[in-house]
Amino acid sequence: MLFIDPHVHMTSRTTDDYEAMRNAGVVAVIEPAFWMGQPRTQVGTFQDYYSHLIGFERFRASQFGIKHYCTIGLNSKEANNEALAEEVMELLPLFVYKEGVVGVGEIGYDDQTAAEDKYYRLQLELAKEANLPVQIHTPHRDKKKGTLRSMEVALEHGLEPSMVIVDHNNEETVQDVLDRGFWAAFTIYPHTKMGNERMTEIVKQYGPERIIINSAADWGISDPLAVPKTAQLMLERGISAEAVQLVAYQNALVAFGQSGQMPESDWLTASAIDQSQKFSGNSILRGGQTPKVETDSSIIR
Amino acid sequence: MPVEAYQPFLLELLLPQLSEGGQAWIRKQLTAEPSDQVFYLAFTGAPRFVGKLPLRVTTKQVAEANRLRTGFNPQNWTADQLARTALLLQALPASPHDLTARLDRLFSTADLGELVALYAALPLLPHPQIHVKRAAEGVRTTMTAVFDAIALRNPYPHDYLSEEAWNQLVLKAVFNARPLHQIYGLEERRNAPLARILFDYAHERWAAGRTLTPEVWRLVGPYLTDDHRADMQRLLRSDNLLEAQAAALALTESNTSWATELLNQHPVARQINEPEVVSWQSIGESAYAS
Repeated sequence: MLFIDPHVHMTSRTTDDYEAMRNAGVVAVIEPAFWMGQPRTQVGTFQDYYSHLIGFERFRASQFGIKHYCTIGLNSKEANNEALAEEVMELLPLFVYKEGVVGVGEIGYDDQTAAEDKYYRLQLELAKEANLPVQIHTPHRDKKKGTLRSMEVALEHGLEPSMVIVDHNNEETVQDVLDRGFWAAFTIYPHTKMGNERMTEIVKQYGPERIIINSAADWGISDPLAVPKTAQLMLERGISAEAVQLVAYQNALVAFGQSGQMPESDWLTASAIDQSQKFSGNSILRGGQTPKVETDSSIIR
Repeated sequence: MPVEAYQPFLLELLLPQLSEGGQAWIRKQLTAEPSDQVFYLAFTGAPRFVGKLPLRVTTKQVAEANRLRTGFNPQNWTADQLARTALLLQALPASPHDLTARLDRLFSTADLGELVALYAALPLLPHPQIHVKRAAEGVRTTMTAVFDAIALRNPYPHDYLSEEAWNQLVLKAVFNARPLHQIYGLEERRNAPLARILFDYAHERWAAGRTLTPEVWRLVGPYLTDDHRADMQRLLRSDNLLEAQAAALALTESNTSWATELLNQHPVARQINEPEVVSWQSIGESAYAS
């Protein structure tokens, strides 16, 4: 079975993770722009971060046979530094149409402040103008209200629910999101978000339509194999292969594919891994390492 | 030639090669109310709307390009590249200061396709002298496509780079096995320091048991001195026919006392009397074939 992890912060992960993901069947990932664990103080670090997402990280993933896409946006936490947020907003039009950008994200509310609201709305307008999907981060605190508000504001700005992926859902929010016609994404992340046994129950209850799973693996204790592991558990617990394929692959492809930048052919007809390739003169290999060159693009199913 | 003169030509070249949707998109962008956001979205998003296919450029169009701007040659351009160039020219800030600010922003956030478009568009921009540092920076790239955009079929380096920067461009092309005959104005900007560096480089390569492109000998003819006699002798005797031909061609441009003498000793010299058979162009075209 092939998998897409449509929310994973690969810049925080190691090459071991890339290898394990590919061995488990992950063929494509989407990396939303987020915060780095501590606030940035300069617009230049945002610029370099975005450039890194569309540049070197994309290349690094390709070296492990994984197609890397990203969503570009100003995350809600850092929207609270208004002076900086203004400068970042000026940068975004330069990045949302770059190669491999499949949406505006992850944006939304964290503390649900006025500043977060302002930049969330401005970015919804940008997504509408650019006709790109939106990837919404819903807050950890006061989650239910924040989720509802995210959707209301998106509708207020004239976005089609089918163009909006609402992330980090749980048992308390899923019904509202599905009722309104939005995509409901679930992050399988130990301790703070969903566990995969709970996720299995949700799919049993709500069915696979418009439900997407991801790992949101980052610099915290998280699991880059969350999508394949959850898919495996679902199969073991009697969910049909068709339904698993929808939540672990197809729905993400349809939702983010609306950008026009993520055709399945990108990985189905991808060239074999060649680690002797270079990005801007840089290789992922270090002195003495032998490149892995596959003669055939074999995918583990 | 004022910049406005390029636009009709660029659009005439581009529009017939686009889908209806692509044509409508570029027309809309070119007439849109100018704002930074509109411009940046259009510039970065161009491949999504006009595609990335190579352009078909007729001989007549190549000639017309050259008439508008000597050396301008969009032969190897793609649809998105041409669209980006048209968008850039349409919304040019008037003052050199504002133009530099706009270009700095575009370059500093550019992906590969954008870098290619920007460097190849340098010869069409106003205030050419203010882009000299940028062009030299482009030569330092390690991305082949970007290097080619500034170095090959681009008249800007020939017209504006200093001798030092020009020599770096040529040397880097040699290092990276880029076709020298596609460098605009290659022969016009030959110089003695460059010839000296090329001989040093050849000695380095030979000491390591390696070869180098025969095109380098195109750049040494007028600067040959008695010190180079043994090297030229070695080249004329080379097993690589292109190398021998290149040496012979170089010697025809030398006024050293021994040039004719060497030529008379080697049968390869007869080949170079037929320019339709052997020329720098034919050597260049054959040199990278394998």
